[in-house]
Amino acid sequence: MDTLRQVKLIWKPTIFLLCLVPATLVITDALEITGRLGANPIEEIQDRFGIWAIRFIMVTLAVTPLRRLTGWNWLVRFRRMFGLFTFFYVLMHFLTWFILDQSLLLAAIIEDVTERPFITIGFAGLLLLTTLAVTSTNGMRRRMGRRWEKLHYSAYAVAVLGVWHYWWQVKKDASDAQIYAAILAVLLGIRIWWKVKQKKARPKPGF
Amino acid sequence: MLIKKPSDIRPSEITSKDNYLNRREFMRAGSISGGLALAGPAVSAVVPEARRSQLAGVGKSDFSTDEAPNSYEDITSYNNYWEFGTGKTDPYQYAQEFKSRPWSISVEGHAEKTGTFHFEDFIKPFDLEERIYRMRCVEAWSMVIPWVGISLAEIIKHFQPTSKAKYVAFETLHDPVRMVGQRRRVLEWPYREGLTIAEATHPLAILAVGLYGETLPNTNGAPIRLVVPWKYGFKGIKGIVRMRFVEKMPPSSWNMSLPYEYGFYANVNPEVDHPRWSQARERRIGTDVFASKSPTQMFNGYGEQVAHLYDGLNLRRNY
Repeated sequence: MDTLRQVKLIWKPTIFLLCLVPATLVITDALEITGRLGANPIEEIQDRFGIWAIRFIMVTLAVTPLRRLTGWNWLVRFRRMFGLFTFFYVLMHFLTWFILDQSLLLAAIIEDVTERPFITIGFAGLLLLTTLAVTSTNGMRRRMGRRWEKLHYSAYAVAVLGVWHYWWQVKKDASDAQIYAAILAVLLGIRIWWKVKQKKARPKPGF
Repeated sequence: MLIKKPSDIRPSEITSKDNYLNRREFMRAGSISGGLALAGPAVSAVVPEARRSQLAGVGKSDFSTDEAPNSYEDITSYNNYWEFGTGKTDPYQYAQEFKSRPWSISVEGHAEKTGTFHFEDFIKPFDLEERIYRMRCVEAWSMVIPWVGISLAEIIKHFQPTSKAKYVAFETLHDPVRMVGQRRRVLEWPYREGLTIAEATHPLAILAVGLYGETLPNTNGAPIRLVVPWKYGFKGIKGIVRMRFVEKMPPSSWNMSLPYEYGFYANVNPEVDHPRWSQARERRIGTDVFASKSPTQMFNGYGEQVAHLYDGLNLRRNY
């Protein structure tokens, strides 16, 4: 089997199932099969989905640099899947908050989104990410042409909003959020570095 | 007031007489006395059986709420006690081995009687009472906790503060070797809190030494902590080693750390939001996952008793 077939038939389904493990653990922990959710289960569920959303956007943004550094071009075949899993975990995080924490009370939700900056930021990230998820199909990509590329650069903005949202909601000790901020800085920094190098290497076109 | 053991002492409990044995010692002792079977439940319990002991002569109080208390497990496994880490389950994980005896408390400042006292001597002159109080955390969750405590007013009367004493300041033990959370400067150690004399002598204020009729577990501030039920939980300083009568408003840890978010008074107030989240509603720990949050009450529902303490004080400014 060649690499591409292997990726398609073995690795993609395997990774897909692995990506579902954190969500499955929420359910099995809630049922007290694999563990427990503790004294404040809603907070625990919300935190877990949130942190996995952050982890998945980091993984998604790591695909391109890793591909460039290793030369493993097949890695790009996983990028959309990771991006969509980011969306899945963000959505679950949001729904936990919307349904369980706020009990669908629209007035309280509107107040929170408009008056609490860290929730405004998180919500903005969700809206942006929804746009990316909706336009992630091959058909959409074809139809949008160049605008698709431009739109999907906002994945960087989603990552920044996500980490910012995480950092801002902690009471005081933001050390975990700072670790993700550092990882994101590396992932974005390496792109800027390459861009600058590329510009220097390529002579300006003369007329 | 004597703290007695129940009469039916099991052999395994004799090793825990002083309530400060760590688990390894307990297991070793257990295996020597042939009681290894008892090590099982000791390990799985929230606070090992070996370190739990009944308090004797605990009276009832009219101040207790008739709301159902949270489970022992919830109360001892979901805590903000940054001396043992910043995560909610960190104290449960890292405070188990903490030895809270021997313990001494020093009383200082503007009072007739001052000095350093052994914990046992410090609490001896006073009556123990069960106080089932609501506890509202500044993070918008709440519990109902059956404390066993001593009226702080009685304690203050005992030490005879002078007219210069306008506030009472408290400090937690500072010992990064025993309190692993203090190895990181997430707050300026030691943890500090304070009350006005009027607040401290209010009959609702207590120093808690027990929970569910037993000695106070490490996770909740053993051996002695402050409980002021009309204020946010962070005012309830744990592991107290110093009590000082002072003239000026003493510094308090969260106020020192984030002054725009946490004030000295920290009275529960649904109308004054935390800058980053709403204080209008709270999640009662232990309720169903699909239960909605309940509205937070002014002064955590103790307004009738304490509102007069703040007559003429702008509560929005003095948060």
